Amino acid sequence: MLMYLLRRLGLALVTCLFISVLTFIIIRLPPGDFVDAYIANLAASGSTVSNEQAEAMRRDYGLDQPALVQYARWLGRVLEGDFGVSMVWRRPVTEVIGDRLWLTMVVSFAALFLTWAIALPIGIYSAVRQYSIGDYVFTTLGFIGLAVPNFLLALILMYLGFRYLGLNVGGLFSPDYVQAPWSWARVWDLAKHLPLPAAVLALAGTAQLIRIMRANLLDELRKPYVVTARAKGLTERRTILKYPVRAALNPFASSVAYLFPYLVSGSIVVSLVLGLPTVGPLLLQALVAQDMFLAGTIVLLLGIMTVVGTLISDVLLMWIDPRIRLEGHG
Amino acid sequence: MRPTPMAEPIALAVRDLAVRFEMEQGNVHALEGVSFDLRAGRTLGIVGESGCGKSVTARSILRIIDRPGRITGGRILLDPGTPQEVDLAALDPESARMRAVRGGRVGLIFQEPMTALSVHYTVGNQIIEAVRQHSDISKAEARNRAIELLREVGIPRPETRIDAYPFELSGGLRQRVGIAMALAGDPDILIADEPTTALDVTTQAQILALLRRLQAEKRIALMLITHDMGVIAEMTDEVAVMYLGRVVEYAPVAALFAAPRHPYTRALLRAVPSVLAAPRQRLATIGGAVPHPGARPAGCAFHPRCAEVIPGRCTAEMPPAIPPGIAGASCFLDVPA
Ligand SMILES: Nc1ncnc2c1ncn2[C@@H]1O[C@H](COP(=O)(O)OP(=O)(O)OP(=O)(O)O)[C@@H](O)[C@H]1O
Ligand code: SF4
Ligand SMILES: [Mg+2]
Repeated sequence: MLMYLLRRLGLALVTCLFISVLTFIIIRLPPGDFVDAYIANLAASGSTVSNEQAEAMRRDYGLDQPALVQYARWLGRVLEGDFGVSMVWRRPVTEVIGDRLWLTMVVSFAALFLTWAIALPIGIYSAVRQYSIGDYVFTTLGFIGLAVPNFLLALILMYLGFRYLGLNVGGLFSPDYVQAPWSWARVWDLAKHLPLPAAVLALAGTAQLIRIMRANLLDELRKPYVVTARAKGLTERRTILKYPVRAALNPFASSVAYLFPYLVSGSIVVSLVLGLPTVGPLLLQALVAQDMFLAGTIVLLLGIMTVVGTLISDVLLMWIDPRIRLEGHG
Repeated sequence: MRPTPMAEPIALAVRDLAVRFEMEQGNVHALEGVSFDLRAGRTLGIVGESGCGKSVTARSILRIIDRPGRITGGRILLDPGTPQEVDLAALDPESARMRAVRGGRVGLIFQEPMTALSVHYTVGNQIIEAVRQHSDISKAEARNRAIELLREVGIPRPETRIDAYPFELSGGLRQRVGIAMALAGDPDILIADEPTTALDVTTQAQILALLRRLQAEKRIALMLITHDMGVIAEMTDEVAVMYLGRVVEYAPVAALFAAPRHPYTRALLRAVPSVLAAPRQRLATIGGAVPHPGARPAGCAFHPRCAEVIPGRCTAEMPPAIPPGIAGASCFLDVPA
């Protein structure tokens, strides 16, 4: 078990390193270096920079050094929490991103949680009552869920919410709380705004997970150990929940790993439509403006978050499946 | 007709049991009027080719047939002739009464010792659950009882093995765990559905010896399903030979081997040339294929494969079923003794 964890942790670290290299490449991708871009930026606003000043800046940032050295220095700064300066905003990247990273996490986890909360019971129902009317209804809804694009659903829900429920849709906060410092009231305000974006984001993943859960559980329900459990005299409900459902949960745990990046990238479009203060829209702006420190940082942080998601899913798998937990013991 | 001399009380009487699977592709008559008795302290062997309905019979008794299968006729009488007599076929499968029978009165032992246990829980967890399902004792007491059960079925070091996962045990040990689990509710009837088919020869012998010992100690009524005429010869007192959902011959085991009365039984025995020389040879398929139960031949269902078929009669008429508890064969050629 320890070996398994250590191996996973090592793999995660290697992945993070790989992501950092990729990020570094992204930052250096545009023609010219950061100083060229900075000068161009200043020129656009009317001020000029002398050649000597430019050379000094290059030395400061180590841009005259070989790429490997530059990478090492950049990584060192990143590890200290210095992600560089956003060209467009003329402020440190960390300040620009601010709460957005955490809000992205909150929205994604809310969506993930909702995905599970809906997919688990419906998946179980559809398998246990295979070919019932309910199963057909859920299957149909599921396919619609897979087919409808996120942003369209977002628009429809926004319209319905606004038109018929008089909801203040869009955003993650009411106007009063957008700029307010964190307080319980602000958290509560966030909680009230969360369901809509979470539901929109969760939809396609839920449909997919229901299919997986249903198929897996149908498989498991036919296995002899289910008959064993019934033959003990357990109720049908207990039999199914304790044995085949547990066995069918593995893909749920893995879903953390693959749904997470999907939710984060899916959230870009949805966030634009719903006006959510997540990193998604920011990333889009940064890419359009070639604000590479900002874009790179966002990519880096999202990448690391995905790696963390994968780790979480590994731990969950270990918890669910004793064969993995006991791997390496006899 | 001469009733077989048996003084032991009947623990379970199956009468004219019919089970049907209603499917889109057509109805499958898995059982068509099966009757037999299980008696305390005795072993009834059920033998027959694959698909003849052995497992469906076992599961019907416990009322756990898979959908879309259901009992369409007959009775399953627990404690027949006593004031406690109850017809299991008439109970709701999910009722508390039926669940008390399942595992409490009737234990089930499976063929596949690997897949019959869940890999997600320890052996102890799964046995303790069965113990507590049928008695009101504390967790700690149930754990002690589980250890005792494991010791009883011959598992060495049960105090540590109880915390093992099934995949950490050998096939033989797993099958012993399966037996311990079947015994957890202290049943007086055991149904073993091919309990040794998946095991190697040495382990098979050990498991059979264990079953014999437990049966003698607890005076259990054992229903032993097998393909294996060797196991039948070694283990059983009486034998029911099944073909396409019916009992075609019923006889005390010695009589069955000495003077088989149904042409199908004779074919089965011929397929195992020397029972004593090769005790556990798998039942060889006899000439011709088993018809699908959905397409049962008219008249005597065995007639397409029967060497002694009476033209005109066997193809048109169904030979009468054997009255339960009485040795005989369901065949026009059988002359009641
Ligand atoms: N779940 C099911 N769905 C449809 N038909 C079934 C199902 N289970 C059993 N049957 C039918 O019932 C018949 C009897 O099956 P059963 O499992 O009792 O055979 P068996 O004698 O135990 O065979 P084997 O020796 O292979 O275990 C089969 O031929 C099959 O057509
Ligand atoms: S009834 Fe006819 S076909 Fe059937 S077993 Fe007897 S002889 Fe053969
Ligand atoms: Mg079977």
